[in-house]
Amino acid sequence: MAMDNNFKQRLMGYMAGNFSCQNIAELITDYLEGSFTLGQRLRFQMHIGLCMACRNYLRQMKYTVATLHQLPSEPIPEHIKTALMERFRTWKHEQESQDSSSDTSL
Amino acid sequence: MSFFVWSWPLNLHVALGVPNVQPSMPLDEADLVQALQRGDEQVFAAAMDIYSGSLLRLAMSFVPSRAVAEEVVQETWMGVLEGIGRFEGRSSFKTWLFRILTNRAKTRGTRERRYEPFGLAGSGSDGDDGPSLEDALFVTEGSGKGHWADPPQGWEADTPERALLSKECLTAIEQAIDGLPENQRQVITLRDVEGVSAEEVCNILSISETNQRVLLHRARTKVRRVLDPYVRGGNT
Repeated sequence: MAMDNNFKQRLMGYMAGNFSCQNIAELITDYLEGSFTLGQRLRFQMHIGLCMACRNYLRQMKYTVATLHQLPSEPIPEHIKTALMERFRTWKHEQESQDSSSDTSL
Repeated sequence: MSFFVWSWPLNLHVALGVPNVQPSMPLDEADLVQALQRGDEQVFAAAMDIYSGSLLRLAMSFVPSRAVAEEVVQETWMGVLEGIGRFEGRSSFKTWLFRILTNRAKTRGTRERRYEPFGLAGSGSDGDDGPSLEDALFVTEGSGKGHWADPPQGWEADTPERALLSKECLTAIEQAIDGLPENQRQVITLRDVEGVSAEEVCNILSISETNQRVLLHRARTKVRRVLDPYVRGGNT
């Protein structure tokens, strides 16, 4: 059954406290970051519950965040690791000689 | 009138937050820090393996070339050696690493004439102060104002884990991040790619919560747009 668009719009406006779909799209990050008041949260969720397109958009944004979290990272080149290990040994040697000199001074 | 989606309360429970997964560690963080303070060479090598990829990625969001980013990572680990004795665990080790890196990268960025400090919250601070990003997606006039011009369809899988994204798609995402204004790139890298908490992102980058959200939203919106053609359902 095709839905009367005008009716749907008016009903959604009433039920969702007049958040438009554009408002929802603009506010998604605020919602996901938990920066809403309880009232805003309910209005947002009411709209999401009634509007398939916005629900899809919310899912897409969550999907995007989850995808970003899965990006593989590249390792650093071997020569930098080797240089840093060398540096580490020097540092450790300095630490130990500092420790022993402070021991003798006590 | 079955067009109402009365199942909506279920949808509201779809994970609201961002998963915050730490890299797999043989030790917990307190053990790691203690081992580094003792000068355990193996643990230092392991820590480099675990965190350097993340550090390199973050460094790339500050400085203009991979070569400079690698130097910044190197300087960061030297900073770790200088400071580990005083590390008290008030933040997580990873956040502490990111803060050291950020400080080094900013110094370097200034030298390379690329880094520009964050401005005030809101528009204009990231070179991206045009009208709302969403304008193009919506009807802007008439009775349908504020409604989707082209309503979003469901993507083919519910989670990226199930979709097995192609190499091409991941490259496109990397390029999209790379093309973001600098501040947006830093925020999305920390918050979404590395899973750092919003509070810690503000702390690391010295920005307000509002500014963090504005930058994050713009960045996510652009990455979503790039991802869209790769994960649309079969009906397109």
